[in-house]
Amino acid sequence: MTAALKIEGLKKTYDNGFVALQGIDLTVEPGDFFALLGPNGAGKSTTIGIISSLVAKSAGKVCVHGVDIEHNFPLAKTHLGIVPQEFNFNVFEKVEDILTNQAGYYGIPRAEALRRTEHFLDRLGLTEKRDTRARMLSGGMKRRLMIARALIHNPKLLILDEPTAGVDIEMRRSMYDFLREINASGTTIILTTHYLEEAEALCRNMAIINHGKIVTNRSIKDLLRDLHKEVFLLDCAGQLDSELAVPGFDLEVLDDHTVQVAIEKGQNLAEVFAALHEKQVSVVSMRNEANRLEQMFVNLLEQTA
Amino acid sequence: MNRYEQYVAFMTIMRKEIRRYLRIWSQTLLPSAITMSLYYVIFGNLIGSRIGTMGGFSYMEFVVPGLIMMAIVTNSYANVVASFFGAKFNNSVEELLVSPIPPYIILCGYVAGGVSRGVLVAIIVTAVSLFFTRLPIYSPLLVIVVVALTSILFSLLGFINAVFANTFDDINIVPTFVLTPLTYLGGVFYSLDLLPDFWAAVSQANPLVYVVSAFRFGMLGVSDVNITFAISMILLCVLVAFSYSMHLLRTGKRLRT
Repeated sequence: MTAALKIEGLKKTYDNGFVALQGIDLTVEPGDFFALLGPNGAGKSTTIGIISSLVAKSAGKVCVHGVDIEHNFPLAKTHLGIVPQEFNFNVFEKVEDILTNQAGYYGIPRAEALRRTEHFLDRLGLTEKRDTRARMLSGGMKRRLMIARALIHNPKLLILDEPTAGVDIEMRRSMYDFLREINASGTTIILTTHYLEEAEALCRNMAIINHGKIVTNRSIKDLLRDLHKEVFLLDCAGQLDSELAVPGFDLEVLDDHTVQVAIEKGQNLAEVFAALHEKQVSVVSMRNEANRLEQMFVNLLEQTA
Repeated sequence: MNRYEQYVAFMTIMRKEIRRYLRIWSQTLLPSAITMSLYYVIFGNLIGSRIGTMGGFSYMEFVVPGLIMMAIVTNSYANVVASFFGAKFNNSVEELLVSPIPPYIILCGYVAGGVSRGVLVAIIVTAVSLFFTRLPIYSPLLVIVVVALTSILFSLLGFINAVFANTFDDINIVPTFVLTPLTYLGGVFYSLDLLPDFWAAVSQANPLVYVVSAFRFGMLGVSDVNITFAISMILLCVLVAFSYSMHLLRTGKRLRT
């Protein structure tokens, strides 16, 4: 099956000599929900810029659904929907006009453009704002407008560059649901984000990019499986003994009601619960000390620093 | 994109451009009507009545074609330079750049917007002029050809200015320091016959001379320059400006990183 996105040896050196990409290889399969992660300045936006034609590559090859952007960029662009990090619509235009114009840029006749505009305004909860000038929208609404605009021509591959930056939790969750839905309907999605729990919640596969190189590229499940240690916080009923210990486990009492336990690969958390039960310690709730993916992300970046 | 899709894209850009300047008509259409009315009153009526005839026509009749052409030049230019630079400034030009629209359609869309504003303002200015003088038309075909070529040329020049502009100040430099002097020295208010031989020869290097003279010939049947040569010069300038604009769009100079 033809990859939704295939990047080979992609390099970019800017005019000022800054090397943004040092030859990256990346394949995203059709239907995937893929996370492209990395710290600021790692090369994520440059990669997206090259795919979307806003940045000229220095070397390498990019194919979108089998179409080499060098040979037939217009065709490749019809497969692509881009949601950039920065708002890039005319803030003086009405919401409805931004969508219908975008459809027109892809050659969609006006009647069909209006129908699709109606559909996406409804899907993204912007119907009431259709006659509002874009500058009057809230940050979250502007993000949704950008997503609607990117989808108006029904692209096979949707690339979202930090789509939930500055979006409140409630709106972020409804955005997740929407993205899951369009992914389930067959649209491949590539997501860059700084919220690692977002990548963990939405994506199946991921790549981490740092200093213009791909550090890792695999499924999130595999990646998390490689974590050697996971730290949990247990909230307990009653007052804890500050000397509380469970043989074989790294246990630390943080306060009167909270105990931290580090579980090594191969250890069983149930044994901790059993030992605590014997000591008549009742665990009320449990949570991860840190996002697991975040932990892995930091480890990988430290290794490649 | 097939031909029909390209047509849809072209119409979309043109419609967007027309709606833009109609939305802000008090900044785009009204000023020319007011400025030209003042020109008609001051140069045509008050001062013109003391000048007498020029080229066999009253001074008012003589300046009206030049003033109409001046309105076309400034409005075609201003429309594209302001709109395209605005799109660059707020990054909305990326909407076009990431879409599959061929560069020539983007260019034609913006130029069509500039031409439509130039022509609309010309109609308004012409209508206003009818309150001050009669307006003969010697060659309607020539009038149409010159209006079309001139508004296309200055829309293209506005586009080139917008591509190179970094700030809003940059989009005013060319109109203020280049376009206005060239227009004033291009025979809008006088016949080149009045100039000493040396300055008349220097004026031949001013492209506005050909634009104004060709249009005046179309209206009045009198001209300072050979009409075939004038049309050829305008056409040549259009081809050069179009080719260079296409080069800028294809290479993405100052538009892509």
